[in-house]
Amino acid sequence: MNILVCLKRVPDTAEAVVIPDSTGKDIVKDRLTFSINEADNYALEEALLLKERFGGTVTLLTVGPKPAEEVLRMGMAKGADTALRLWDEKFIGGDYFTTAKVLATACQTLPYDLILTGCMATDDGYACVGLTIGAILGIPSAIYVSKIEIFDRRAKIYRELEGGFYEVKELGLPALFAVQTGINTPRYPSILGIKRAAAKEIKVLDAKELNLTEADFQTKTELERLFIPIVESKAEFLQGEPAEVATQMAKIFKEKGVL
Amino acid sequence: MSCIVVLAEHRQENLRDITFEMLTLAQALARQMNLKVQVLYLGKNNEANAETLANYADEVIVVEDALLANFNSEIYRKVIVSTLAEHKPSLLLLGHTAFGTDLAPGLAYDLNLPLITDCIEITYEDNRIVATRPLYSGKLNARVYLKQPTGVLTIRAGTFKPTDTKLAGIVKKKPLPAELKTGYASNFIGYEEAPTTGIDITKADIIVAVGRGIKEAKNMPIVEELAKTLGGELACTRPVIDAGWLPKDRQVGSSGKTVKPKLYIALGISGAFQHISGMKQSQTIVAVNKDPNAPIFNVAHYGIVGDLLKIVPLLKEKIKEIKGI
Ligand SMILES: Cc1cc2nc3c(=O)[nH]c(=O)nc-3n(C[C@H](O)[C@H](O)[C@H](O)COP(=O)(O)OP(=O)(O)OC[C@H]3O[C@@H](n4cnc5c(N)ncnc54)[C@H](O)[C@@H]3O)c2cc1C
Ligand SMILES: Nc1ncnc2c1ncn2[C@@H]1O[C@H](COP(=O)(O)O)[C@@H](O)[C@H]1O
Repeated sequence: MNILVCLKRVPDTAEAVVIPDSTGKDIVKDRLTFSINEADNYALEEALLLKERFGGTVTLLTVGPKPAEEVLRMGMAKGADTALRLWDEKFIGGDYFTTAKVLATACQTLPYDLILTGCMATDDGYACVGLTIGAILGIPSAIYVSKIEIFDRRAKIYRELEGGFYEVKELGLPALFAVQTGINTPRYPSILGIKRAAAKEIKVLDAKELNLTEADFQTKTELERLFIPIVESKAEFLQGEPAEVATQMAKIFKEKGVL
Repeated sequence: MSCIVVLAEHRQENLRDITFEMLTLAQALARQMNLKVQVLYLGKNNEANAETLANYADEVIVVEDALLANFNSEIYRKVIVSTLAEHKPSLLLLGHTAFGTDLAPGLAYDLNLPLITDCIEITYEDNRIVATRPLYSGKLNARVYLKQPTGVLTIRAGTFKPTDTKLAGIVKKKPLPAELKTGYASNFIGYEEAPTTGIDITKADIIVAVGRGIKEAKNMPIVEELAKTLGGELACTRPVIDAGWLPKDRQVGSSGKTVKPKLYIALGISGAFQHISGMKQSQTIVAVNKDPNAPIFNVAHYGIVGDLLKIVPLLKEKIKEIKGI
């Protein structure tokens, strides 16, 4: 079974200050650290588990400038066979569709039975690049996939719905699944794996090599600007040393009648 | 190009709230843009649902067939594309839900329309559709516009109030064309519920909820003890479930449980929309987070900026003191 996995390098923003930069179209990134997108890490693990079961290869793809290779190396350190980085200055200013088009075009040049992506990138939060790749390739797809069982040329999948329910369905391969977090337990790379991956070559393809033309970079949506949301209400902050705030808090609980 | 189409969302024939929330938005946009509101309902014969929807739209198009009883994105996609072929809508609205996100990319592709996902506001400005959508888990918003007059938009659940503006629309039934009855590569098997361990956090008066800020499994006793001291239940965010530190029935949020306790204590939780949607109706919300800009503070009534590992044990001692235990 040949599996392609799309990995995105994203900034870690859960604990960081996130503000728009001077262009208003991107964020100030100089103090941020970066990682593999959370759901993509699960997609990668799922691919490695399927490879262990059924054999075949795992190929990683990313769209991004040079630093994006970090996530490809991490993926190869864990056991992926090869990796492709897709990049061209022309990709700058693209939207979900141009990203999907670039990834789908690269997928078309490779043999595959399954394509795995994350369900959502934690930076842009589109939750649509994966299934758009599937649409461009004309293969069945599903998002929020939380369990995959493969038999013959078919897959039985569990799709996570609201409220703790799953939709169970079956579809034919090749297919694209945009996986949800929690589908497995991602492994850590071994020291040896990291060393081996560091020595591997990462092929880089640009627009010309992918046979993409100007028309492929025309977007139909446009980001006007980013802004800090106006908050309607904000918590009343308790001030002081930890012991003081703990005392204040306990007092509030008492006032609210919950003690 | 004469209408705004809202795709009705239902699960096992129960119309979901998002449908009526989208109708609020569609009605407002339709007034501004001078368009009609059309609802598209795919399902098996269900007069009641069609009638309900007709109260809030100019027109309800119903495509009925047993094949459409349960959502299946592959089938729904083909049927919707075929149904909309005659009258291409200006805007097509779907929920940014498990249903809508499984369907929208394929639909947008087949209809050759651009897609903007997870919209929390749509405005019509200078003849342009402008969407506001959150990024970076709610730390920023983006204004994105359609460069053409038509598009597909997915709308975040819980953002708009369900509509109460009546429109007295008409119901038009369309049979499923014969050529769309077969030839699908996928089939719906059923719905399954996540396993439960017997604890029902929705019944608790006090909830101590823990997020990824707890950092390691070995820190879990700190929050467990607080919950015990308060006589409350322990709950958590999704990453805590994903890490296997608590069972799935303790998860609060859109893909977990919706809770409304008297007191909700959020510890090391950033406040992602998917979590907030499951706890924002709690009577009193208290949050401890080391990031003063964490979105959780926008829904919390009381906030403490600090390290939960330091604050929680102290808080537990104070409560013991007050309770005399
Ligand atoms: C379709 C879908 C459904 C989802 N459903 C749900 C759902 O039902 N429920 C849910 O919760 N999530 C859900 N999510 C995930 C959601 O988007 C967020 O990723 C998740 O809620 C984040 O959890 P968190 O706040 O624990 O972690 P993070 O976002 O990583 O935040 C951790 C927080 O801890 C703080 N922190 C770190 N260390 C400390 C410390 N020592 N003391 C105090 N604070 C500290 C940080 O400042 C940060 O704010 C869903 C996602 C998708 C795509
Ligand atoms: N630049 C990129 N490079 C590689 N994969 C990507 C990229 N952007 C998005 N993806 C994939 O598409 C998924 C969904 O992303 P999004 O639709 O942007 O939320 C991600 O989890 C990735 O697997």
